Amino acid sequence: MDASAGIEAQNLARRYGRRWALADVSFNLAGGAVLMLAGPNGSGKSTLLRTIATAVRPDGGSARVGGFDVVTEREDVRKLVALLSHASYLYDSLTARENLSIVADHLGRPRTNVAGLLDRVGLGRRADDVVATFSAGMRKRLSFARVLLQEPRVALLDEPYGQLDPEGFDLVDDVVRELKADGTTVIFATHQLERAASSADEALLLEAGRVAWRGKASEVAV
Amino acid sequence: MRVDNNRFPRLPWIILGLGILFLAIGSYIGLFVAPPEALMGQVQRIMYVHVPTAWNALLAMTFAFVCAVIFLFKSDWKWDARMEAAIEVGVVLAFLLCCQGAIWAKPTWGVWWDWDPRLTTTAVLLFAFLGILALRKFVDDPARRAIWSAVATIIAYVDVPIVYYSVRWWNSLHQLQSSPSTVSRQFWLPLRMNAFGILFLMTAFIMLRARVASMRLEQELVPPPVGESV
Amino acid sequence: MLTAALRKELLLQWRSRAQFMAVFVFGAAALLLFSFAVGPVAELLRQFSAGFLWLGLLLSSTLTLAESFHAEMENRAMEGLLLLPANPRALYYGKAIANWLQLTLLGIALIPVMVVLYDAGTTRIPMLILVIALGAAGLSAPGTLYAAMTAQVRSKQTLLPLLLFPLIVPALLASVKATSLIILGDPMNQVRSWIVLLASFDAIYWSLCGLLFEKVVEE
Repeated sequence: MDASAGIEAQNLARRYGRRWALADVSFNLAGGAVLMLAGPNGSGKSTLLRTIATAVRPDGGSARVGGFDVVTEREDVRKLVALLSHASYLYDSLTARENLSIVADHLGRPRTNVAGLLDRVGLGRRADDVVATFSAGMRKRLSFARVLLQEPRVALLDEPYGQLDPEGFDLVDDVVRELKADGTTVIFATHQLERAASSADEALLLEAGRVAWRGKASEVAV
Repeated sequence: MRVDNNRFPRLPWIILGLGILFLAIGSYIGLFVAPPEALMGQVQRIMYVHVPTAWNALLAMTFAFVCAVIFLFKSDWKWDARMEAAIEVGVVLAFLLCCQGAIWAKPTWGVWWDWDPRLTTTAVLLFAFLGILALRKFVDDPARRAIWSAVATIIAYVDVPIVYYSVRWWNSLHQLQSSPSTVSRQFWLPLRMNAFGILFLMTAFIMLRARVASMRLEQELVPPPVGESV
Repeated sequence: MLTAALRKELLLQWRSRAQFMAVFVFGAAALLLFSFAVGPVAELLRQFSAGFLWLGLLLSSTLTLAESFHAEMENRAMEGLLLLPANPRALYYGKAIANWLQLTLLGIALIPVMVVLYDAGTTRIPMLILVIALGAAGLSAPGTLYAAMTAQVRSKQTLLPLLLFPLIVPALLASVKATSLIILGDPMNQVRSWIVLLASFDAIYWSLCGLLFEKVVEE
């Protein structure tokens, strides 16, 4: 296990306007472990993932990823983390291949992996179609490819099963398994509790921006 | 959470009183005691208010700029409250300045606006800072509102000297000798009194307005509700 | 990093080239409408041609600038890039350069419209193109920054011009003066001074806005 990519959160809090999406969240996750994040809508799962990914700044508390602070060492955290967000992060007017190539360019990596990744997520045949023509499920697959392209040490997946067909569900499980085998730390937020419990090691339940329960995935009774 | 320590709650009112006093005395002297200016006559008396207003408008904007810079470095909310106050007061002063300029220009040149570089720069400044106030109104999140308006204030303030020089250049090509003459040395007393008068008024207003802004921020930045965490 | 950003920008612009055509038509229409303000008086039209050109370009720029962030915001693509991590400064300059190119091309495309409508021809074409390029740069730098800001709020269409127009007054003045001198004649060779003013404005704002961009796009 690569201990350097663990996550520590202490009293994380984040507000949107007057509402506190995260009120007080603390947890530790060892490097290489897989955590499933559950909770009702509006419980703060997305905000928690975004805070750890440094997409938003916490309004209280602190967090460290791989030892780097998410506020003061943001750049270092970003090099370790890849986020699969609700937003697809895609350019609708560009093709799938172009979207991934742009990511490769910004990472300073060669574009050679792009074709392989597109096949991996099942978009090989639609590689040169414009994203505007994609269904929601296909965009999700492309966003997945985007995450894999980054070769992260920490993968944060916000509702990875969302909008996918049964084949897509299998793809997600395969990918999570692969990431785990590589020693990548994974947190995924989901409502698919039973499915998630089979891939995850640990579980955390959020309610109204606070941790309601923390334990092993095997203990999650559906 | 307190945004600003209200250490001297009475202070702004004292300063306000002083300001009214100075302005009243200075204006009285300027309007009734000082003799009319040789070339321009009675209209020139407006300079006793116009010049101090100009100094103070620039001062208010400079203070807003300083608050913006400090806020971006220190992220202390009280500087956002002060900046908001300084911008509002500055906008009022700039508007008054434009009105005074127009009041002076009509009898002197026959037109309401004379494209004097200083006045034109003030007009541009007025619009720029009105834009920033509009920006603040349209952004709900306090953190974003503060950061964006601080950025916009810095950009607008840096522009001020550039606008001034470009308008002056632009004007000079048309040789409009329109800058109002300054007051003769002997009659600096009313000018100085009014300058301090308006300075005190401005300071008092900024302090009071900053207090209002602080209170609003305190309302917006409520801490998380009490609850239990595992 | 900057080349990556620039490549992306140019690709995005190429894909939306129909939009460029639409903005050009808007600009040309504006020039036509301005002439109605004066009436069919050839001498007056010629005298004001520089002003009209730049006003037309300014109005068109609000469309171009706002559009340049549309693709970034609809799926939060810009946030996606920043999280890679991508250098915010590189992203800013990529976008600002792309906007500058588009505005310069727009300005050049409007020259023949100006020549025809206002009888405002000139032989000093390279000089004119230089002025257009510098003026476009003056619009693009703060414009890109403010477009990034306003793309994230409601009432974005009103806020962008409201914030941008007072700011670019020096660039507008200098561009109009310089263009006017080129078209109407410049006996005392004053164009140089106006170009220097423009270049200084550009230098200041290209550096300042690049520094401030990060604050504007991070949450």
